[in-house]
Amino acid sequence: MSRHYWHKALAIAGKDLRAELRSRELLSVMGLFALLSLLVFSFALELDRAAREEALSAVLWVTILFTCMLGLQRSLKPELEQGTMDALLLAPGARSALYTGKLLSNALLTGLLCLCLLPLMTLLYGMNMLDLRLLGTALLGTVAFCGIGTLLAALTAQTRASEALLPIAMLPVSLPILLTAVRASKGILNGSNDWQAWLQFLLAITLLYLTLCILLFPSIVEE
Amino acid sequence: MNITAAIADMQQEAAAPRLLRALTALAALGFCATLVLALFVVGEDIQQGAVQRLFYIHMPSFFGAFVAFGATVLGGILVLAGRDAVWDRVALAGVEVGLAFSLINLVTGMVWARPIWNTWWTWDPRLTSAAVMCLIYAAYLMLRTGIEDPERKRRFMAVYGIFAFASVLLTLFIIRIVPDTIHPVIVGASPQNAQGGFEATSGVVLGLLPALLLWTTLMPITAIWHRVRLEQRLEALESLKARVIGD
Repeated sequence: MSRHYWHKALAIAGKDLRAELRSRELLSVMGLFALLSLLVFSFALELDRAAREEALSAVLWVTILFTCMLGLQRSLKPELEQGTMDALLLAPGARSALYTGKLLSNALLTGLLCLCLLPLMTLLYGMNMLDLRLLGTALLGTVAFCGIGTLLAALTAQTRASEALLPIAMLPVSLPILLTAVRASKGILNGSNDWQAWLQFLLAITLLYLTLCILLFPSIVEE
Repeated sequence: MNITAAIADMQQEAAAPRLLRALTALAALGFCATLVLALFVVGEDIQQGAVQRLFYIHMPSFFGAFVAFGATVLGGILVLAGRDAVWDRVALAGVEVGLAFSLINLVTGMVWARPIWNTWWTWDPRLTSAAVMCLIYAAYLMLRTGIEDPERKRRFMAVYGIFAFASVLLTLFIIRIVPDTIHPVIVGASPQNAQGGFEATSGVVLGLLPALLLWTTLMPITAIWHRVRLEQRLEALESLKARVIGD
């Protein structure tokens, strides 16, 4: 990929992040939602300590997935509502750079939340989750979720009832990511050795999905 | 062209092409023949009894669903490349036929599991992945109704159809790696914990192969063709209605 491509992608990501820094609308909503989700889970799993520890990586990933989806809802919809999408499409260079830029900003925002999520879970669930390997897995999984989510959000934002359709379209498709990510983080938390294999699967799936998304995205935003 | 002529035209198109009629007859005949094979010719399993005969529909319908979903991918790629509306209908037909086939697969599996595993359903990785496959394509149909502009609908559904197939393949691939399944594998090595397996004897192969051939070729092709024609006629009817109201 050329320098121009990355220039465009970074410009779009920078624009999104700047807007977010000024309004802090998305981050506060996503942060609050993640916190609430953790609390709801900890209430629901309170009775049984063993079950709570067993379910820890599932709680982590379900929280990341839903928080991610919440952010994605607001990633492309405002562009369409305010008509700025046309301007973005008119910009010279590859259309897929738009995808890459949006993916970067979405993944950065959700990644930031992951950084806060792990210490928070350590506090709330009484189990040490401050592990660089776990953080790496969480960030990779976030990129994967945002990867498919950015494509599907661009698709569903242009439909009726888009708020309801994004989860319906995204949840079943994100299952391979969820499955490998949960296995990998479970392996890391339990100290078993199979986490490396699952992390490699996760990486392979992420790369495959991203390639597919970059190839398919231009046909979604074409007018 | 006036309305009466248009209606006469539509009525003339009501008759299926000769090739399609031949295919339909062949598929029906083949279905009966494989049923006779599975129910009467092939010997009864000593341990499982008659319920094992469901296998001759269970496995072929799964592969048939794959062929149909493959048609969706093919249709999607062609829509994105050439933009012909016919291929969008093929894609839609592929999803509906594939969904029907995977439901057959699920239901036969459940009926078999009741006496063999002593439960209708269990959250086994394999069963879950089959259910997820159904859900992905149910989402396809739901998304489709949410898009109004026909040209945009074609493009979006082509993208989602390709995407859905990739994720189905990925899910199945991961499920294969997870060793903790109780689902038996008849052709090839069965997992360690498999419950209710049986050997692929020459009798089983005799019941399986013709059914597999039928379910992966004749059945999906005929069903998809019929569905594509139905969609075409629905669209023609819609435009005719619009004209009648317009006049």
